Amino acid sequence: MASAFRPSRRDFLKASTALGGGLALELALPALGADAKGPELTAWIVIRPNDEVLIRVARSEMGQGSSTGLPMLVAEELECDWRKVKIEFVSSAENLRRNRAWGSMATGGSQSIRASQEYLRKAGASAREMLIAAAAQRWKADASDCDAENGTIIHRPSGRKVRFGQVAQAASKLEPPVEVKLKDPKDWNLLGRSPRRLDIQDKVTGKPIFGIDVQLPGMVYAAIAQCPVFRGKLKDAPGEQLLGLRGLVKVVKLDDAVAVVADSWWRAQKMLKLLPIEWDPGANGAANTASIREFVRLGLEDSSIPVARNDGDVEAAFGRAAKVIEAEYFAPFLNHAPLEPMNCTALVKGDRVEVWAPTQNAEATHAAAADAAGVALENVEVHLTYLGGGFGRRGFQDYTRQAVAIAKAVEGRPVKLLWSREQDMQHDFYRPMTMMRFKGALDREGRLTGLRVRDASHSIMASVRPQEIKEGIDRHALGGIIDSPYGVPNFRVEFAMRNSHVPVGFMRTVFHSQNPFMRECFIDELARAAGKDPYEFRRPLLGGSPRDLGVLDAAARASGWGSPLPEGVHRGIALQDSHGSYAAAVFEVAVSESSQIDIRRVVVAVDPGHVVNPDCAEAQIQSCVAYGLSSVLWGEITLKDGRVEQSNFGDYRVMRIAEMPRRIDAVLVPSGGFWGGLGETPLAPLAPALCNAIFAATGKRVRTLPLKNQGFSVASFA
Amino acid sequence: MIEFTVNGKKHSVDVEPEMPLLWVLRDVLDVKGPKFGCGIAQCGACTVHLNGEPVRSCSVPVSTAAGQKVLTIEGLAQKGQLHPVQKAWIDNEVPQCGYCQSGQIMSAVALLARNPSPSDKDIDAAMTNICRCGTYARIRAAIHAAAKSPKSAKA
Repeated sequence: MASAFRPSRRDFLKASTALGGGLALELALPALGADAKGPELTAWIVIRPNDEVLIRVARSEMGQGSSTGLPMLVAEELECDWRKVKIEFVSSAENLRRNRAWGSMATGGSQSIRASQEYLRKAGASAREMLIAAAAQRWKADASDCDAENGTIIHRPSGRKVRFGQVAQAASKLEPPVEVKLKDPKDWNLLGRSPRRLDIQDKVTGKPIFGIDVQLPGMVYAAIAQCPVFRGKLKDAPGEQLLGLRGLVKVVKLDDAVAVVADSWWRAQKMLKLLPIEWDPGANGAANTASIREFVRLGLEDSSIPVARNDGDVEAAFGRAAKVIEAEYFAPFLNHAPLEPMNCTALVKGDRVEVWAPTQNAEATHAAAADAAGVALENVEVHLTYLGGGFGRRGFQDYTRQAVAIAKAVEGRPVKLLWSREQDMQHDFYRPMTMMRFKGALDREGRLTGLRVRDASHSIMASVRPQEIKEGIDRHALGGIIDSPYGVPNFRVEFAMRNSHVPVGFMRTVFHSQNPFMRECFIDELARAAGKDPYEFRRPLLGGSPRDLGVLDAAARASGWGSPLPEGVHRGIALQDSHGSYAAAVFEVAVSESSQIDIRRVVVAVDPGHVVNPDCAEAQIQSCVAYGLSSVLWGEITLKDGRVEQSNFGDYRVMRIAEMPRRIDAVLVPSGGFWGGLGETPLAPLAPALCNAIFAATGKRVRTLPLKNQGFSVASFA
Repeated sequence: MIEFTVNGKKHSVDVEPEMPLLWVLRDVLDVKGPKFGCGIAQCGACTVHLNGEPVRSCSVPVSTAAGQKVLTIEGLAQKGQLHPVQKAWIDNEVPQCGYCQSGQIMSAVALLARNPSPSDKDIDAAMTNICRCGTYARIRAAIHAAAKSPKSAKA
């Protein structure tokens, strides 16, 4: 699989560890290739004579733990010794050559476990059966008399034993079984336990495992400036003005950006700042937050707004209602802000392209690289690195295309493109700005009899998969609304697609990060108007959604809902299913007279069906709290003169340790029978549960995020 | 030429005196543990020790380090033995994506060196590094655990 021109993996290893530290350095970055020697049992497993089990991982590791959880699925069925498991990332080129033997490499939508659990467990079971068959052949015994256990095959009648490594070579020559039976979850030994993450040692010793750490012989560095107004173009960047400056390699002009290539990134960035760049802002140079917000809001006034769902007769319900409640909600644009800024290293040589990238989808990176270089897919190799955060941002391939275009201009030399934080802040695919207008009908008993939701939003699908938009309706944008778990007899959902010039994209929990805020806060408004407890108000509406009711009850129970709280402390509750799982949250807050919020406790109950690794699951819940609350408290991207105003963490505030709630109760209530995601679902109910608690504490209803714009601050403990 | 010591080894670099220490470490000396996150001393991913004090190396000109001692995450372990803070990080399963953790660990080591049993408030004040994965609860637990570990005083 090695292409003739590529600097060998060994060079990379040498170069990147030359100045390592005091540790015995084994290059940490697992990549399919040189290490893969040894007999292969299915495409996923290599077992070496020393019993080391190499399990291949096709999904990216960005902190969510898939590089541990996915091998656990294989190992559970394989019955190997978990302590001997190592991993390597699948190569997209090899996946292409082998007719996608490893399936999709896309890492988003909380799909990694739930979309691949079945074929991974089957791969483990197949390999186990092959090992047993090989051992039985060696002993001239009946395979049904043999068991696999902890890396050993045992012949029950004789007590003879053989290690996996001793029969792996023979086993690899056997045909995999046509059908395998998977274990009953009650017989799992590994799944549901929390072995240590396989990447942890490298991550506490500073190993060069991230895209930004890639080091190649003869490598040069690129810094980039992109047109500050989206959809604008580069007019001019007189590169000759930089001639003679130290380290300059080349100025590369792209359609909407300019890059300076130099012998260090700092010099490239410094020269970029000296370059007098002229932009053509295009048609959007006057747009600002207020104008975009008004453009979105006008969608709510659209008299011919498309109807996405229409149960019963909502107008009649309003006519009959004892009470009618209306409210309008708003959620701003958000930036993903993973801590590792966008970067990609590329080498173009003739018609060959090699790319090293922290990407959430190595196959998409592969295709983007081929397209940007104008070569066939077969001529591309992508090396997947670890990701310093992803959150959806690294599924987009803009940075890959740029790196390849720049590499083409310095052909024969590897170039590492790294964005500054400012570029990262101002050139994202932002969480869409969304507005909703709700109207609800309550009868005399305070029951919800009618609900109308008008949703005016940017659409991600409009640019990503336009074929999914039918008659003006983007069902993806209506997640959590059109499929609301509440049973309401008269229910109407309308959708106005309002796309401004601001690029939008998938950001952790996607539309379920803002839609549930709006829906669950409005449900709270209805409960208050009905004079009911917000938990009790929801329960009878969830008769058709037992799993939603299950997590709601679990969160209420764990929080002691209804029990007395210290004076001044109040609770809020909310729920949302998404990404195949179910979540509910309860916040306990106190709010001072100066509107400072003191979050005393966060309870998050999640039902993901099965929990592969409870420790990683708890970590994902904690992670959602930090990420979600950063957005709710401070998160907003604003525009002026067509361009993003925020530039760095100074004006795009994110949570630090002092603001992290001290008590987070992660309540895992896996009910079995299905496989859901865990990296995003726990975030969905957080914003509404917090805002409902703030209402309980203050009587102030928050309908517009972030909270900082409503006069609220958060207590930090420092 | 600017001379300084990195993890006990002397280096001599021919670079502009204003070049930030971070970029000398990463691009000239190939010490990749310190990370680039913001470039303006906000996030702390680039934290290293300069003569034992934690500094944000993205905002320290290399000239400041002339003749001084720099310690990075790569130099924490001694004779193949992880530092007690690194051990506590493993025991508490702190890292997720891991990108900020070099800086977090260097900040924690410096905190424990001057304050062997920090309170929660001390941790809040000293640990201003950003973690976008939200490993904060575990960072706090790991620092308390390392504080109780007998070896941490030698940090």
